[in-house]
Amino acid sequence: MSLGKTEVEYISRLTQIEVREEAVEGVAEKLSNILELFAQMEAADTKDVLPMAHPLDAVQRLRPDVVTEVDQHKKLQAIAPAAADAHYLVPQVIE
Amino acid sequence: MSWEVVIGLEIHAQLTTKSKIFSGASTAYGAAPNSQACPIDVGMPGMLPVLNQAVIGKSIMLGLALDAEIGKRSVFDRKNYFYPDLPKGYQTTQFEFPIVGQGKMEIELEDGTKKIIGVTRAHLEEDAGKSVHGLVPGQTGVDLNRAGTPLLEIVSDPDMSSAKEAVAYAKKMHELVQYLGICDGNMQEGSFRVDSNVSVRRPGEPLGTRAELKNINSFRFIEKAIEIEIERQIELIESGGTVVQETRLYDADNDTTRSMRTKEDANDYRYFPCPDLLPVIIADEDIEAIRATMPELPDAKRTRFVSELGLSDYDATVLTSSRAMAEFFERLVALTDAKDIKLCANWMTSGFSAALNREGLSVEQSPVSAEGLAGMIVRILDNSISGKIAKQVFEAMWKGEGTADEIIEAKGLKQITDTGAIEALVDEVLANNPSQIEAYKAGQTKMLGYFVGQIMKASGGQANPGQVNQMLVAKLK
Repeated sequence: MSLGKTEVEYISRLTQIEVREEAVEGVAEKLSNILELFAQMEAADTKDVLPMAHPLDAVQRLRPDVVTEVDQHKKLQAIAPAAADAHYLVPQVIE
Repeated sequence: MSWEVVIGLEIHAQLTTKSKIFSGASTAYGAAPNSQACPIDVGMPGMLPVLNQAVIGKSIMLGLALDAEIGKRSVFDRKNYFYPDLPKGYQTTQFEFPIVGQGKMEIELEDGTKKIIGVTRAHLEEDAGKSVHGLVPGQTGVDLNRAGTPLLEIVSDPDMSSAKEAVAYAKKMHELVQYLGICDGNMQEGSFRVDSNVSVRRPGEPLGTRAELKNINSFRFIEKAIEIEIERQIELIESGGTVVQETRLYDADNDTTRSMRTKEDANDYRYFPCPDLLPVIIADEDIEAIRATMPELPDAKRTRFVSELGLSDYDATVLTSSRAMAEFFERLVALTDAKDIKLCANWMTSGFSAALNREGLSVEQSPVSAEGLAGMIVRILDNSISGKIAKQVFEAMWKGEGTADEIIEAKGLKQITDTGAIEALVDEVLANNPSQIEAYKAGQTKMLGYFVGQIMKASGGQANPGQVNQMLVAKLK
């Protein structure tokens, strides 16, 4: 499977990663190569193989339902690009 | 030509935990902005989420109640999308291996017909934060207190074929999660959110394109919104248009739905297993331990109230409408030694419920406890007060004037059961009404009611009506 300009622009929009006009062709080629690798891997027989959820052979530890965190919003907002009235500020979003 | 309606519901039930699904921050509602958002919730790099064990138990409870398969190996995935209220850039949720698998629930419609609705799955996920507009011109504020709040998303099969069925299912699920104590069911605060997927098709045709109705916080509006959406889709198709897959918002003021955003990118969430979380393994013993703590479910309770307690279907339904109501009633019956179950039921469904409704209170907020009400019913049963006087006593108890006995004592409401005293009242009334006696003797038997009324009035409502009746009939012979 190979990707063209349209797909790259679409992926660029989804990932919110800007791809400059002159770079589109190169990115398309690189992504196509990656997809070819996947195509090769698809040839392997994976019937009866449980999809791997995690590379470690371990199970999730659970924590008790207890509140352990305290209010740290001042500290956290000190390193935010913008904040006001205890809210983080971002460019306006209108649905 | 006729149309067939297909509806599936996605219900987000916020689980009643003290802390968040992956962090130790509080989930309490209404806190100051961002005061309950810790480094994990705000998506700081290098933070490691750790799963809250309470959410596992609560999910298993729902699974058992829905007769569903429990995912003994449950996996968390990342659902990727960009929005400011989701600081990590992905929502941690479950995709391929949810905690609760296929289950089912029986609903009952207004006309008494029953229908089984399939439950596709229920999976655990974290809630997002909240965007606040208008704080600073040209910018959006973000409050992340809600980020990381545990949600159980309950997905139904597309088994409902009318707005009424959809609401019956949603209400039953709402009742169930509250019975189980896994969700407080508060729709105003967003603890129980219903999204409806609605489509129409010609009978026998494949499924039509669906539109999703989101953010509707009352059952009445859910029903109206679905009905309007069905009409819109049928009109659209009949006039040559096509339905597009999109999210629509219900506008209660204008009774219309309008497009919110198209879901053209629906399949591009790029789910993959979350490398920060390991698979959750649930042992059979864990499931059995939870099964042992399950409360009696509403359907079973309703059936038992009819078969064992001899209540009518109506009474049983009202008395099991919430777990608090049912438990209050069962306490009341126990405290009155089950001497008159029907009397307890009547007080619960009339006087008690009416008082709650009048003041907009829930059973938990009632100023009269089961012990208090039982104290009054015991006095009806031992003939200390009549049913009529009981209403007066109840109102006084409601206002906090004391226990039934204190009120009866203070207001001198004890019923007159002394035969001599009643006889004196009967004689007095008969002596004052010679013409009515004649009329009675001439065949106007309804005069009896008149005499009873006069005697009760003379006694200030305190004479025992049974005794009055008996004595009257004897004297008028």
